[in-house]
Amino acid sequence: MKIDHLSPYILTLVTFAPLVGALLLMLFPRRDRDIRIFSFVVSLLTFILSLHLPVHFHRGQPGFQFEIKTLWISSPEIHYHMAIDGISLWLVVLTTFLTPLCVLISWKSVHDRVKEFFILLLILETALIGVFTSLDLFLFYFFWEATLIPMALLIGVFGHERKVYAAVKFFMYTMIASVFMLAAILWLYAHTGSFDFVVIRDQIARGAVPNFPAAAQWLFLGFFVAFAVKVPLFPFHTWLPDAHVEAPTAGSVLLAGVLLKMGTYGMLRFNLGLFPEQARNNASWIMILALIGIIYGALVAMVQPNMKKLIAYSSVSHLGFVVLGVFSFTQSGLNGAMFVMLAHGISTGGLFMLAGVLHERRHTYEISEFGGLATPMPVYAASYLFIVLASVGLPLLNGFIGEFLVLNGAFQDRPIYGILAATGVIWSACYLLWMFQRVFYGKVTNPVNNSMADLGGFERAAIWPCAVASLAMGVAPILWLGAIDPAVQSALSPVTQIVSKVVGQ
Amino acid sequence: MTSVPAILLQTIPQATDYIRILPELILAIFGIAIMLLEPLVNEEKSQKTLGLIAFFGTLAALAGTWYMSKSPGLAFSRFIHVDSFTVFFNYLVIAIAAVVILSSFEYMAVQRIRAGEYYALILFGVVGMSLMCSAVELVLIFIGLEISSISTYILAGFRRNDASSSESSLKYFLLGSFATAFFLYGVALMFGATGSTNIDIIAQKLHSGPVEVLVFLSMALMFVGLGFKVAAAPFHVWTPDVYEGAPAPVVGFMSTAPKAAAFAVLLRVVFAINAPGRFWFLWVAAALSMTLGNIGALVQNNVKRLLAYSSIAHAGYLLVAFAMTTPEDSVTGISAAMFYTAAYAAMNVGAFAVVSHFANAGERYVTLEDYEGLGRTSPLLAATLTVFLLSLIGIPMTGGFFAKFYVFSAALRANLVWLTLIGVVNSAIGAYYYLRIIVVMYMRESRKEVPVTPIPLGLGLALALSILATLYLGILPNRVLQVAQHSAQSLIAPQTASIAQTPPAAANPQQ
Repeated sequence: MKIDHLSPYILTLVTFAPLVGALLLMLFPRRDRDIRIFSFVVSLLTFILSLHLPVHFHRGQPGFQFEIKTLWISSPEIHYHMAIDGISLWLVVLTTFLTPLCVLISWKSVHDRVKEFFILLLILETALIGVFTSLDLFLFYFFWEATLIPMALLIGVFGHERKVYAAVKFFMYTMIASVFMLAAILWLYAHTGSFDFVVIRDQIARGAVPNFPAAAQWLFLGFFVAFAVKVPLFPFHTWLPDAHVEAPTAGSVLLAGVLLKMGTYGMLRFNLGLFPEQARNNASWIMILALIGIIYGALVAMVQPNMKKLIAYSSVSHLGFVVLGVFSFTQSGLNGAMFVMLAHGISTGGLFMLAGVLHERRHTYEISEFGGLATPMPVYAASYLFIVLASVGLPLLNGFIGEFLVLNGAFQDRPIYGILAATGVIWSACYLLWMFQRVFYGKVTNPVNNSMADLGGFERAAIWPCAVASLAMGVAPILWLGAIDPAVQSALSPVTQIVSKVVGQ
Repeated sequence: MTSVPAILLQTIPQATDYIRILPELILAIFGIAIMLLEPLVNEEKSQKTLGLIAFFGTLAALAGTWYMSKSPGLAFSRFIHVDSFTVFFNYLVIAIAAVVILSSFEYMAVQRIRAGEYYALILFGVVGMSLMCSAVELVLIFIGLEISSISTYILAGFRRNDASSSESSLKYFLLGSFATAFFLYGVALMFGATGSTNIDIIAQKLHSGPVEVLVFLSMALMFVGLGFKVAAAPFHVWTPDVYEGAPAPVVGFMSTAPKAAAFAVLLRVVFAINAPGRFWFLWVAAALSMTLGNIGALVQNNVKRLLAYSSIAHAGYLLVAFAMTTPEDSVTGISAAMFYTAAYAAMNVGAFAVVSHFANAGERYVTLEDYEGLGRTSPLLAATLTVFLLSLIGIPMTGGFFAKFYVFSAALRANLVWLTLIGVVNSAIGAYYYLRIIVVMYMRESRKEVPVTPIPLGLGLALALSILATLYLGILPNRVLQVAQHSAQSLIAPQTASIAQTPPAAANPQQ
């Protein structure tokens, strides 16, 4: 094994590099071009730094790696405890991958208060990475809440017409839900004397936590409601379309690409990790909610006249797959859930960027405003088709792998769920391809559209990496699954143990 | 001298006795000096000069507190007790005064108030608060309470030409006197029940024999008096009106310093005495304050009124930390309350400093509409206020977050599940109205001309100090926490021993 000097510090570096960038940016004079270049450099450097993680990650190993643990506050005992396993590894990389693209796509579309915009974007990146890397519950909650403010401000300051409404709705929804998680975290601390995820998990597994059986269901729900709102799981999804429609493009990309994954990641890490028994007991109704989300999200997406709303509802549908996969408690389902998270992050991020391109030219997302765009904007149309196909789940592109694995897992658990969820795949093809046909094919219906410029250099630089990543993930999923699989296996083992115990009786 | 009886010799103050009230002495001397100098200095320059003297007075008092902390112990026949608890609150109260004085320079000039006694009154007020923090004798606490209250009554009425300021002052005075009278009644009844007004002796008496009904009544009355001072429901009704009318820097002062001192007294009364039968009192007061404060704030349009309701809510969060019964829980409860007081002081003083700068001459700009578009017209001011508001919401990286976190964690340790739930739900509701201010500052365009003057040096320093304190308490709370925990132990130490011998039945209503 190669001795790696960077390993203990790499997570700290990756997490806080954007924040340092944001702080430096505060000192910058208001020269917009310099600010854009600097933000891009910072986010790109962060991405390059974060590539250290998959390169040096020991794939066969299920436990946490790159661990750092130092005392932060002595009483109550809170550690600065960061580490990643196969589950969080790719989410970190996803975040650092999408942020430079967000900078590029905002290059020309953000003119006003440029400095504030990029400061918020970089702070948001730090908070997002922190959520995935922290293993101390206090630290986790710290970053979890820290994502709220920059995101709400991005929506509220840089958004479109009903931005204030959307920002406040987003903020209040998530804030109210996450205080229940706070209460659950505090309860766990009060009864275990620790905020450390690993310590608490082991104590619970040993049955060493007093009063745990009585409180477990409530604690599970406390965590679950915070995550479910974030995902968002039906019926907690109503904030999402508003937030997406009003958010600026970069905000939408990070919102759909990473923020929503905080919820599913939380379910996987905490609901499954800390409360395997309750997860098992509650799985049936959660899976039904996920199924409703898949089908309902798809049906509502079908009738949306607004392109961004359509993509937003498609997120509800796709994230339903993730939840379904997580709570199927099968190896294949969990692998698939992880893979859908990543694939959705890239393809939906790409779709939002593409929608943003249209909005920048025409200041509208109404599908009926467009038609026959393939003629004036051929490159745009081709890129769009590529990402749409990735999102629909065409084999050899990334959407297919994840959905296939989830459906396989759900089918193993309960065949009827697998069958119902499979219809979601068909629906998604319907609404996305139908939208594509209306926007791009045929004659140009609106003469204004004749003069629309094709993709510019910055836009290509932002969108094509998404397409490349979609292809790579679809062709060689093993590169990703190799790290995910052992982590998922170990996350699953407490749940399967419970099952075998029940069967044994 | 040889004829002096030995008993009298004991009561003659020693030099160390004076060291143990050094901060109070320094502040009083500076206050008197300001009063004497006022007629001598040029009227035009008097404000700044006297203000600077007052500021240096507070700095000297901080140094005095440091010196005092080197010689802990009892002084003046057990009237004063200097321990780390005293030192903590002394630092806090004096630091608040220093920041408020810094932020007042500009305000007094803009409002054209020429009165040196403004600064003298602040210093005298701090003398009273400082005494409240260090006294272990109920009568002396009462005197401290009166000194601090009378100064703040006058300060509240300093915008003489404005009717609302006079209303504020008068209302505060009438209701405040009423409340202190309650406190005094409580002290008298306690004397009747135990034969002493010394907190240590009362604690011993109460835990060595059966508790009389009179004691419960006395505790209730004292709690009414102190509840008024900290603006806890149901004794909070005065707060919005008084805060709305009083000069903005004064509100920043009186919503933090006298409250901190009153909380110090409450901590001593509740925990050092280990007051019997207090649990439901505090539980109900905490729940009510949080709920009424937050609901009241939701509909406010005047920023000062909004912050007034928010201060009621914060008193509620703080009182959650008081509802502890066992000694181990009490230690976390006390340290949580101490930490919360410090964090609350930092963010609230800062918020009011921004409000008082923005209000301009005659306090014309204090409604939410006036704040529209501030993020564009004055990004720095808006960003500063945002930090304080985020801290008041309880967003990570700010003192407000950690304070709340620590209070609720202490409460859950003591198994106060319902109170914690009420608290966390309230803090989510509370986020809404703070967010409203942020929303109007950043997400709306200004519809009317609101002049924004550049930030002067004094105010800039005050804001920088408040922000640093807020962030420091949020990111590196360890140091302050350790001090608070240490102080909590010293506060509770004398009676844990006696509790171990005779566990009082009334002190544990939960079981």
